[in-house]
Amino acid sequence: MKIRMRLAMAIAVAALAPCFPAGASLGGDMTSVRDDQKKMQGTLRTASNDSYDIHEIQTQSGVVVREYVSRSGSVFGVAWQGRSQPDLHQVLGAYYDQYVQAVQAQRAQRHGHGPLLIEKPGLVVQMAGHMGSLTGRAYIPLSLPVGMHREDIR
Amino acid sequence: MASVVTNGCGAGSNSSTGSTQNGNNPPSNVQTITVNGGPDSNFVDGAFTNVTVCVPGSTTSCQTISGILVDTGSSGLRILSSALTISLPQQANSSGSPIAECAVFADGITWGPVETADVKMASEAASSMPIQVIGSPNFSNIPANCTAQGVPMDDLANLGANGLLGVGQAIQDCGSACTTSGQGMYFACPSSGCTDTPESLALQVQNPVAAFATDNNGVIIELPAVSGGEASVSGSLIFGIGTESNNGLGGATVFGTDPFGDFSTTYKTTAYLSFLDSGSNGIYFLDSTTTGIPLCAGNLNFLYCPASAQNISVENNAEAGTNGASAPASFPVGNGLTLVSTSDDAINGLAGPFPGLIDFGLPFFFGRNVFTAFDGKSTPAGTGPYTAY
Repeated sequence: MKIRMRLAMAIAVAALAPCFPAGASLGGDMTSVRDDQKKMQGTLRTASNDSYDIHEIQTQSGVVVREYVSRSGSVFGVAWQGRSQPDLHQVLGAYYDQYVQAVQAQRAQRHGHGPLLIEKPGLVVQMAGHMGSLTGRAYIPLSLPVGMHREDIR
Repeated sequence: MASVVTNGCGAGSNSSTGSTQNGNNPPSNVQTITVNGGPDSNFVDGAFTNVTVCVPGSTTSCQTISGILVDTGSSGLRILSSALTISLPQQANSSGSPIAECAVFADGITWGPVETADVKMASEAASSMPIQVIGSPNFSNIPANCTAQGVPMDDLANLGANGLLGVGQAIQDCGSACTTSGQGMYFACPSSGCTDTPESLALQVQNPVAAFATDNNGVIIELPAVSGGEASVSGSLIFGIGTESNNGLGGATVFGTDPFGDFSTTYKTTAYLSFLDSGSNGIYFLDSTTTGIPLCAGNLNFLYCPASAQNISVENNAEAGTNGASAPASFPVGNGLTLVSTSDDAINGLAGPFPGLIDFGLPFFFGRNVFTAFDGKSTPAGTGPYTAY
């Protein structure tokens, strides 16, 4: 609704196999994208450009999740927008614990409420908005394809 | 109003009347708010007030709770279990299972049972309101699909307040989406464990001001201008818009919003999603590359740290398809490190980045009278939702 998908790319509905083994998402591979789609009970569509694919999952709880997959097949970024948060355990995968620790560290510094801005050499997580209208993204800075801007993960 | 701050657990005293106003015939629709460190003495730029809750129908089983954060970014009253000393009736479904809620915010979740209370502020009252009790020891097992949405803020240290008074544009905290499934927000909790459950609009946790008998179409937050920092400042939360002699719109510009309060703000030539959120403790906007303002170093890299204070000019625009209003606004951005290094708790200029949007937090409210008109409620400037200042 609020985040416009600016990239003009061909969108194709992906054929989905019924079952895949569980896997991490951020930092994971295509298996994890399909696993996310299944766990979030969403519909998946895919867009591509020269250096990465975007897999967009619309969840039943009103959240649009976009997973950014490199040519080598690894998920280097995830963005979301909607009424609630996506399953952060699922979309952050192996990075989830690092995220929780960073949230707790930032709370100790913030003296109040506001967006989450976690910026570490190996992980960026940004979450903002307010009840009913939330947005966020997470990515692995060093894994972005050459020439891609971090702002393009949204 | 230093008495709003209490030590430790900070629960207010029991009260046999709903009113906490003193003085000579205070207006019946005015509630004092104070920007200070809050009940944990650790908050910067939060507006706190007192709220009285009573067992429904009772005028004796009541408690006035201080240190409640006034939040235009959410809807509904939420109170920390540790601050609540009276026992309120638990909401249950037709099978007798208690209902609990996972409320989702940008920086975490609150979890706990939905209970029912008469809610009183100034001389106003809302009867039998569903409220959330956060961090109840009887609901200590948070469902996995709740913690999956954020890190819990279930105690004073994590919430920084004894509760939240959500007076945003939305009437309910979920709305129609939750009437067919719980959406990871509403849960039925029999002894076997909590499962997602639909919740009717009337039973959802909701904006108590919208349920007042009068002055129920919106609120105004009035805070004085703050130059730099002050230890604390006091202002008013005024109920109703254009319903009394003290709550007219005057010359305020009305910006139509979406049902949750979002509108649009143009910085330079680009439009971004924006909202006014008194529950955010700074103005969080865009990023260093876009604004040219450096971030603070190290652990404070969620704040801007310009060498000298800057004034940022933007243009606020009504949400597309609403009233088409547009007007310029400006706000200062100070050095975050310097600002939070003082003992002041009311600080103008506190700001930080958030890529791609503009969150006008409490500092934007200093020196402005900010109107929040509720979704679907009639006002002299048209039907809500809107924001105006």
